[in-house]
Amino acid sequence: MINPAKHSSRRAYVNASVVAPAQGLNGKGGILIEDGWILDVGPKVTKDSVGTSATVTDCKGLTIIPGLIDMRVFTGEPGTEYRETLASASGAAAAGGVTTMIVMPNTQPVIDDAAIVDFILRRARDTASVRVAPMAAITKGLNGEMMTEIGLLREAGAVAITEGTKPVASANVFRRALTYAKDFDLLVVQHVEEPTLSSGVMNAGEAASRLGLSGNPGMSEVIMLERDLRLVEITGARYHASQISSLLSVEVIRAAKARGLPVTCGVSVHHLVLNENDIGAYRTFFKLSPPLRTEDDRRALVDAVADGTIDVIVSGHDPQSADTKRLPFAEAAYGAIGLETLLSAALSVHHNDGVPLTRLVEAMSSKPAEILRLETGRLAPGAPADFALVDLNLSWTVEEDVLRSRAKNSPFEHRTLEGRAVETIVAGESVFAYAPR
Amino acid sequence: MTREARPPLLKRQHLLAIDDITSFEAICILDLAERYVEVSRQTDKRQLVLQGRTQVNLFFEASTRTQSSFEIAGKRLGADVMNMAVANSAVSKGETLLDTAMTINAMQPDFLVVRHQSSGAVELLAQKVSCAVINAGDGQHEHPTQALLDALTIRRHKKQFEGLTVAICGDVLHSRVARSNIHLLNKLGAQVRVVAPSTLLPSGIGNFGVEVHRSMETGLKGADVVMMLRLQLERMTGAFVPSIREYYRFYGLNAESLKLAKPDAMVMHPGPMNRGIEIDSDVADGVQSVIREQVEMGVAVRMAVLDALSRNIPGGGNS
Repeated sequence: MINPAKHSSRRAYVNASVVAPAQGLNGKGGILIEDGWILDVGPKVTKDSVGTSATVTDCKGLTIIPGLIDMRVFTGEPGTEYRETLASASGAAAAGGVTTMIVMPNTQPVIDDAAIVDFILRRARDTASVRVAPMAAITKGLNGEMMTEIGLLREAGAVAITEGTKPVASANVFRRALTYAKDFDLLVVQHVEEPTLSSGVMNAGEAASRLGLSGNPGMSEVIMLERDLRLVEITGARYHASQISSLLSVEVIRAAKARGLPVTCGVSVHHLVLNENDIGAYRTFFKLSPPLRTEDDRRALVDAVADGTIDVIVSGHDPQSADTKRLPFAEAAYGAIGLETLLSAALSVHHNDGVPLTRLVEAMSSKPAEILRLETGRLAPGAPADFALVDLNLSWTVEEDVLRSRAKNSPFEHRTLEGRAVETIVAGESVFAYAPR
Repeated sequence: MTREARPPLLKRQHLLAIDDITSFEAICILDLAERYVEVSRQTDKRQLVLQGRTQVNLFFEASTRTQSSFEIAGKRLGADVMNMAVANSAVSKGETLLDTAMTINAMQPDFLVVRHQSSGAVELLAQKVSCAVINAGDGQHEHPTQALLDALTIRRHKKQFEGLTVAICGDVLHSRVARSNIHLLNKLGAQVRVVAPSTLLPSGIGNFGVEVHRSMETGLKGADVVMMLRLQLERMTGAFVPSIREYYRFYGLNAESLKLAKPDAMVMHPGPMNRGIEIDSDVADGVQSVIREQVEMGVAVRMAVLDALSRNIPGGGNS
């Protein structure tokens, strides 16, 4: 369908629909790139305007969007490479239209030292096909006690600090981290969950009671969120709730934004398309943290994405092997892979729930870029040439042998999704081209 | 009855949960169990229906009565019964549930009777083996044969379920027995009440088709059956009730509180009992108690379940 451009320095993708919310683009047009940078973008870029100055690809009406920035990705590198490496994750990312992975510090060793940030960046440069930027730990060893060297981590290239899969439980430690991070203008990202209320393995309620599983109530998230927002108010630090999962949390965030607090939040795409009933008969691929909640919660999250209360959509990509998933539900690990299905699943929110495409694209590109202060995530002259060519209506079925991730724990296994990336370009280089089987 | 003459009773390979089965299937099992009550009271109890069959009891959680009940049931039907002592096995050396299941499955048993501390574990295991799996209790999910034996006990005394009020009292939150009983008694047409402090009730219990009571005074009033649950002290990681003394005062069953129920109310308990905590000895051993009869019915029901499931095994008499 698409003729891969021959290597001439200047290339153009024309006859496309360009969706770049931050630039106000949403209509016919093209993109002209050179040496990894965008020269021009929009309706002016056509076959005729480009002429013979560049190698031209006719997109035949497909959609060009900024390369996605996934703000919550776990890999197993370093420490548990059997789960996923930066290279294998980047293959999955490229196939999903994701051009920047923000990786979490929950590795072995933990990303709590400038040298490890440097290691990640060098490994990514040498092995990964998409951009990688790490978040570093808030506390040494993720133990919740001693603050990491926030300034040095930032200098080394950490884009934010977070404990990844767990919150900073101590209000005092967290307050100090917020205060200190503010001086370095570094974003603090929290996994919002009050630990003493969240021992359950799925959403608390009737479904959990029927399955005989211990419940994790939505209130555990709201209580932590409310506490954090008080601390943000005191310290003035930039705060991002990594993932919210309930209607109550949406209301709390909405109120905080109305008060003018420097607060943003994300949601996993799984929480936008699935609910607790998908767990069915103890299906551990649906065991997530925070847990999938009720249909009312799901709808509230979708509405909150639509109106911008929720800023960002993430995949929460968390590769787990059969060893950690083929266990009784309570004993199985949390997490689902998602890099490759992020865009397709988000498009289902557009197709099924009517959320505008521009808002969904924004929530996965320019918005995370703005929060993390990255130069990618936008389609504008002078910006890095990171973008994806998307067929909004292409059906494909998620099967184990199709997924590029080393782990196969996808909750969308055997589902047919509508829409996907057909070509992904990072720094002007094509890193993925879809070949239907 | 000869093996060959037995008609099929259940539409399933395994018995995993009461929630899955129909009231018709349950009644078929109860009817068959009545026959095995008689058999068990004979001097010569040995039947031939499971002759040559192998039954493995795989108990990941300690159990005396359920395991021995299944063992006796299997032996009375002529099966070769093996008890797998998990504490001394590869499981304690780190082998996973599924590896253990596959290993046993390779030895070609016909029945696997499984108890596990995690909800859903028995179902997971059933997906991976070719024999018939019977859930002997999984976490806080279900304990189907307990519900069936309770129903049989009730039916033998009250003749029918329609119009009966059954009060299930105590630690409903941690109880798989309560969940299975709620499902089964509802299917069979009884009115079910749960009676417990709110901290021992699962959330959303109101949608299980039960009346929810927080006090024995209202909960036991006019009840035909009082089913006490064991206070699962070993499962309590937080503060669910302030003290045993307080629990006994408000939720213990004694001669006094039993008077709230109908004069001919049956007193039941799945065992093992915490005497003096949820139930007083004079009630447990009193004339209204059917607790020992429940144990007897347990063997008969498990014989019926083994018999019924064996009919669905290829070559199991369902020719």
